[in-house]
Amino acid sequence: MTVKMRYQAPVGIALTLLTLGLTGVANAAEADDAFMTKLMLDRFELRDQAGGEEIGAWEGQFNLRTDYQGLAFKTNGERLSGGPTESAEYQLLYQQLVSDFFDAQFGIRYDNQPGPSRTYAVAGVQGLAPYFFEVDANLFVSDEGDTSARLEAEYDLLLTQRLILQPAAEISVAFSDDEALGIGSGLSSAELGLRLRYELKRKFAPYIGVQWEKKFGNTAEYARDEGEDIESTAVVLGISAWF
Amino acid sequence: MKCIKHPVLARRLAAASTFTLAALMPLGALAGSYDLVIDRQPMTIDGKAKTAMTINGTIPGPTLHFQEGEEVTVNVTNKLDVDTSIHWHGILLPSSQDGVPGISFPGIKPGETYTYRFPIQQAGTYWYHSHSGFQEQEGVYGPIVIEPVNREPFKFDREYVVMLSDWSAETGDRIFSNLKGQSDYYNYNQQTVGSFIKDAKAKGFGTTLKERLAWGGMRMMPTDISDVSGYSFLVNGESTDDNWTGLFRSGERVRLRFINGSAMSYFDIRIPGLKMTVVQADGNNVQPVSVDEFRMAVAETYDVIVQPREDRAYSILAESIDRSGFARGTLAPREGLAGEIPALRERPQLTMADMSMASMGGMDHANMAGMDQANMAGMDHSNMAGMDHSQMSAAAVPNNDYAPGSGLTPSAANGGKFLVYGDLKAMTPYADYRAPDREIELRLTGNMERYFWSINGAKYSEAEPIRLTYGERVRIKFVNDTMMSHPMHLHGMWMQLDKGNGQFNPLKHVVNVAPNTTLTVDVPVDALGEWAFHCHLMYHMASGMFRKVIVEPPVAQTAAAL
Repeated sequence: MTVKMRYQAPVGIALTLLTLGLTGVANAAEADDAFMTKLMLDRFELRDQAGGEEIGAWEGQFNLRTDYQGLAFKTNGERLSGGPTESAEYQLLYQQLVSDFFDAQFGIRYDNQPGPSRTYAVAGVQGLAPYFFEVDANLFVSDEGDTSARLEAEYDLLLTQRLILQPAAEISVAFSDDEALGIGSGLSSAELGLRLRYELKRKFAPYIGVQWEKKFGNTAEYARDEGEDIESTAVVLGISAWF
Repeated sequence: MKCIKHPVLARRLAAASTFTLAALMPLGALAGSYDLVIDRQPMTIDGKAKTAMTINGTIPGPTLHFQEGEEVTVNVTNKLDVDTSIHWHGILLPSSQDGVPGISFPGIKPGETYTYRFPIQQAGTYWYHSHSGFQEQEGVYGPIVIEPVNREPFKFDREYVVMLSDWSAETGDRIFSNLKGQSDYYNYNQQTVGSFIKDAKAKGFGTTLKERLAWGGMRMMPTDISDVSGYSFLVNGESTDDNWTGLFRSGERVRLRFINGSAMSYFDIRIPGLKMTVVQADGNNVQPVSVDEFRMAVAETYDVIVQPREDRAYSILAESIDRSGFARGTLAPREGLAGEIPALRERPQLTMADMSMASMGGMDHANMAGMDQANMAGMDHSNMAGMDHSQMSAAAVPNNDYAPGSGLTPSAANGGKFLVYGDLKAMTPYADYRAPDREIELRLTGNMERYFWSINGAKYSEAEPIRLTYGERVRIKFVNDTMMSHPMHLHGMWMQLDKGNGQFNPLKHVVNVAPNTTLTVDVPVDALGEWAFHCHLMYHMASGMFRKVIVEPPVAQTAAAL
């Protein structure tokens, strides 16, 4: 990945803290402060859209952290089957545990897509909200000065110990227009997903589901002007795994 | 390998079963030397194969038979590719010999033979295990039996060690990383849509919904009984199918030395058809108490005497508290017999009574929704407990080991007497029993979701040592702010478990602190040096529920020395 080094400070701070932390691991008696890694591939799926297009999509996160702090690398994107990558997003964040269930996260996001790419400063929280909702909420400020926010939430409904229905929602709001990206001020887009997975093992589950997406307001206007759909529904087939 | 050298004990054991004696040393030469070799080797137990860690080629390691008054020398050879150690659990000894890397000594390097030397100043049933990494989970543990100088205050005709443990095909490192990655990784008994419908039918839709919301609001699970499952439970290293068997002649008194050498598993112990008379707890004599069943926290030991009279097999059943399985052994008049194995009892569920205000995070509606349920559960339990006691000649002791209405409060499978901590009364009064000089409050804390555990909100790596002064008497007040039980273990010194029995409060090296309860112990601070003090659940200890205790000489004494 090619990150424009416009936001070196957060990365520098994070790496410095990591290095400081790593020097403390040598003493076995302090194993309770060790670094852990977790690679989560939440979604790795094929979306068969009603319009006939087939899209591959991914969403994943890698954590390198102690109990209290560390780094998070997040990525998600979509790629037309056989075609170009429609969107790819990468985030490198410093994270700090701020309550029993939540991390605060700060860092940079880099988006690569056809047309102009963007780099953003990111601030957000990620964790488990009351009633077991997994939440990821972020504010973004782009290198063009545009501010936006995104809220993601998902819930695991256990049909059995291994068969799990997961509704998920994602809402994006922009506070200014970024016309080059086709994003208009206001509620810009929403996604709803419903995935039924079977945990063959805790760490590996195939799933099927549906994914619905819609653009709103000015964003929808921009899309119409470009001759794009503002709404799409897809049947999805994929796997989720962690290591 | 050094074996039994006490002739009486040796005869008893030789008569008892399959023990073979490699050597009989003369009595009187009270200085035994013992060799332990720790190595890695492939083992398959109960169909679960892994490269385990063994002591002298076996799991558990050999039973070390010491004698009170003996000066022991133990040579521990490390054939692993990582550091190891042996800690003498419950043994009073110089702190340099306690075997905790980073506190008592640097540990034993690969290829090194380390020699421990310490005098044996006590008697009873104890055990030893590695205090390095997760080696205890891999198999580095074994029993210790210490013969007293004086006659024991109870009679028995033969004796067996019954060492319980949990065996996993996964390594300890893997289990720990799974828990860190997903704290409910091993919980395959979670509430589902199906269990909601079932509960709604039983309790009504509204009540069930309220309960679910109460737990959901706290982001806690009532099904969270044991952090790790998937274990096979072993008796002396043998699975249920292997069926460890101890022989008896009808009418003999058989002493069973129970040791819970598990990494993570609590057990409820019973022998259907037999009353068990508890005569020792954590190696110390207690006034005999006849029970039908008792619970063992991780790392506790209990000695019981049973008297089988019928010509049949009796099952020794240790049922894990999450009801995921039995460790099963058999007492039989001859080899090749097996008793019945009953069905596992229903898995318990935590109630709101098991949640402390601290862990509830001040969710008022959560409290209220759950409280009715908790009270109802409490009523049931108190009724059952009442019935138990009516069968006993001894005075009824209420079970206040658990929070009133706790879902974990045990009851005997046959409706009979279930041992509670208040039943344990020391055989002899403690001479120096007095009011404590001061009190230290230790809140047992943790983060369930991220799976790290702490004391007073601080992990070991973040905390200052606890400083005690030699000669003082310190009351430790454990306050469990978590929804899990914690078997707290103090090295080097006794904890006098205070259940209101005054100078008869029993001496223990491990005390179980149940969810949302307070437990006090008095510690006569009588051992100088640096000691470990921790939760004996392996993955709680590893993630921070641990303290160093430093016992310093009194200031006056220090000044005099200068």
